[in-house]
Amino acid sequence: MIILIRVLKKANINKTEIVTIRLLAIFLALLTSTLFILFLGHNPIKVYLSMLDGSFGSVYRFKETIIKTIPLVITSLGILVAFKMKFWNIGGEGQIYMGAFLSSFIALRFSEIPRPLLLMLMIIAGIIGGGLWALIPAIFKAKYGTNETLFTLMLNYIAIKWITYLQYGPWKDPNALGFPKIPNFSDNATLPKLFGIHIGWLIAIILVMLIYIFMHHTKRGYEISVIGESENTGRYAGMDVKKVIITAMIISGGLCGLTGMIQSSAVNNTLSVELSGGIGYTAIIITWLSSLNALLIPLVSFLFAILVQGGAYIQTAFQIPQSAAQILQGLILMFVLGSEFLVNYRLVLDKSKTALRKGV
Amino acid sequence: MDKKTLIEISSITKTFGKVIANKNVSLKFTSGEIHSILGENGAGKSTLMNMLSGIYTPDSGSIFVKGKKIKFNLPKDSINMGIGMIHQHFKLVDILTAKENIIAGQRGNFFVNGKKLSKEIKEISEKYGLDISPDKKVYDMSVAEKQRLEILKVLYRGADILILDEPTAVLTPQETEGLFNIIRKMKAAGCSVIIITHKLNEVMEISDKITVLRKGEVVDTVNKKDVNTKELADMMVGRSIDLSIDRVETDKRENILELSEVKAVRNDNTRALDKISFRIHSGEILGVAGVAGSGQKELCEAIAGLYPITCGEIVYKGMSIVGRNPREIIKMGISMSFVPEDRLGMGLIASMDIVDNILLKEYQDQKGVFISRKPASVKANRIVEKLNIDTPDINHTVRKLSGGNIQKVLLGREIETNPSLIITAYPARGLDIGAAYTVYDLLNEQKQKGVGILFIGEDLDVLMELCDRIVVMCEGKITGIVDAKTVTKEDLGFMMAGESLRIRNDNLD
Repeated sequence: MIILIRVLKKANINKTEIVTIRLLAIFLALLTSTLFILFLGHNPIKVYLSMLDGSFGSVYRFKETIIKTIPLVITSLGILVAFKMKFWNIGGEGQIYMGAFLSSFIALRFSEIPRPLLLMLMIIAGIIGGGLWALIPAIFKAKYGTNETLFTLMLNYIAIKWITYLQYGPWKDPNALGFPKIPNFSDNATLPKLFGIHIGWLIAIILVMLIYIFMHHTKRGYEISVIGESENTGRYAGMDVKKVIITAMIISGGLCGLTGMIQSSAVNNTLSVELSGGIGYTAIIITWLSSLNALLIPLVSFLFAILVQGGAYIQTAFQIPQSAAQILQGLILMFVLGSEFLVNYRLVLDKSKTALRKGV
Repeated sequence: MDKKTLIEISSITKTFGKVIANKNVSLKFTSGEIHSILGENGAGKSTLMNMLSGIYTPDSGSIFVKGKKIKFNLPKDSINMGIGMIHQHFKLVDILTAKENIIAGQRGNFFVNGKKLSKEIKEISEKYGLDISPDKKVYDMSVAEKQRLEILKVLYRGADILILDEPTAVLTPQETEGLFNIIRKMKAAGCSVIIITHKLNEVMEISDKITVLRKGEVVDTVNKKDVNTKELADMMVGRSIDLSIDRVETDKRENILELSEVKAVRNDNTRALDKISFRIHSGEILGVAGVAGSGQKELCEAIAGLYPITCGEIVYKGMSIVGRNPREIIKMGISMSFVPEDRLGMGLIASMDIVDNILLKEYQDQKGVFISRKPASVKANRIVEKLNIDTPDINHTVRKLSGGNIQKVLLGREIETNPSLIITAYPARGLDIGAAYTVYDLLNEQKQKGVGILFIGEDLDVLMELCDRIVVMCEGKITGIVDAKTVTKEDLGFMMAGESLRIRNDNLD
């Protein structure tokens, strides 16, 4: 007897089913992680508890979790604007680096001008850097219909290699005893703190509201949603489709670039190739899991930050190597994303023994 | 001939969420019989047939094929039981030949015995009068040829039960006659032929038995000889209805739109429109007849500013609108409404609610960066009330409305802009009889107000009753402009097939 599994598209999808599938996915992910932790010789429950401990156990740890949430929120908002238009911007990572690059240029070049002015300039530079990097694929998409997925992805590598070149070459700090690093920013180029955490958190909250208003209560936001659903409808209603694509991508890239500025100024205090470390990719997942809803992004970002922060903590607490902690994160992502498939498709067992013989 | 029951459906029920698509349906299909399934849109015809062809599985009830109880999980299962479905949209590979399409997806040897195959195909095609050249590529075929190929394909796979879904929608009257001859031959050969349709006249012409479905339930199964068209229509709708369409008379006749020598090409450089010239007057419904794909879509989009034309002139009340996009046309003060064929792909946004869809045509008139949904909500309420749209509220997603209500939202929005020209493509497609008549009434109402209407239609009966004049198109050319009151269906058919001999030039204006 031959049993094949066939994939069929679901005719209709109901909400409770989606929620059940997602919850089940998280449960299965934890189950698999449990097996993995057992395999490493640790007590899974202890490991999970200390992940929470690592994220919430002290004021310092909690602050760290918030600091890890901020860039995820802002980048996800940028990705959201593009995804609403069904422009698959996989280039958040590169846009973060190019934003960081341009704002670092200002920070290093004009390190002595007054703090508010310098920070303002850096913010603008960050937005421009990311925005321009996103503009390139946007123009090609608008004019020639180029596939943006590969285009934005490839631009990531170019951006990262460009930063590497600067770090090991022209921007290398002469005072670092030959160590390949870019000089630290001056105090004037560092974002101030508010309630003990750099002010990025306030920027993030404001941006969540702004993007929500932009998408729901402005003409351009409406146009982005319409074109995302159907370019033909956009043309039919007399929209300038190319212009909408380009502005949306400048906003998308600009927000990613702003993340780069915040990370380099407030967190790393300099520019480096390790600046982002995958924020641009994680943001894609966060945006997707938030169902493209700006108000859900902070929550989902926070959950991801716990994963990152807790993962870092168990490395030291249990002497689990860093890669093992990343495997845990990867497992959860894989299950949750994999479950998306079951949201849209169903599997059917095809016991086609008779069918095989009867084939004409 | 010895008649036996090939399929027996016994009390099948299928629901999608809260929607009951089929309820307690019991039917029998017999060999050597042509059985029409008649019903309005949403009556459950397609769901029922999709269960027979293995696309859906019933929630309860059972299906017996040739005396055997079966449970289909996959389309393949039903093909193996000898059930062949001819879908409305053909499932053929354009760049392959007829022969290659027939064997595609078949299990068999690694090598193809070309000669044997050709011989088998020839046998089947002679038996049923399916005129096909096995080595012709699909892209070279006419629609009728493609349909014959689809039929041949399922016959080759051993089907003796054929399900045809709206088979005449894409055919000229003459081609329809050809198809009916083929169907009669299949009947004579002992096949069971099931035709899904909503065209009453054709049902009366071809069927032996007719089953009428309404709201998922079988109203009745009758023998053709015992009923007439009117009775069938009443059964379909569930109440007594008047099947005639009014042609209102108007006297105001000024020129609104004039096309002269308009040409356009498709992406692949084939001709989409060839020297199209005609005029539309105020207070007139100008019909466009033609087999699907004769350039109707391009014609509408060219006038609406969505399709580039290569030469010619389009003049609206003395202003040339060539080369302008829809926005510019609106800005010129031209009040033109285009109700596209593709309602959810172009006219409306399926995933948005009624208000956001009304907003589509008015947000650009708002000042500033922000958008206000208030005026659109007011309009939405007005349209819902005026056109009697069946929706829980104006914030209901358009996708979840029925076809007729979706069309009312689209038409309502366009009429709300007070246009002096309406271009509408297949406005009654997919609508049930009641909704279709509402649409015709709305168009007549606009006509009386002095609006010029370009009506792209597919049902010749409707075109001949509703329109004042009819433009007939074939392969991008106009083969005739005729008076709808005097033209015959046969003449229209000849012109649709490309014969322009019978042009009546006296009606060109």
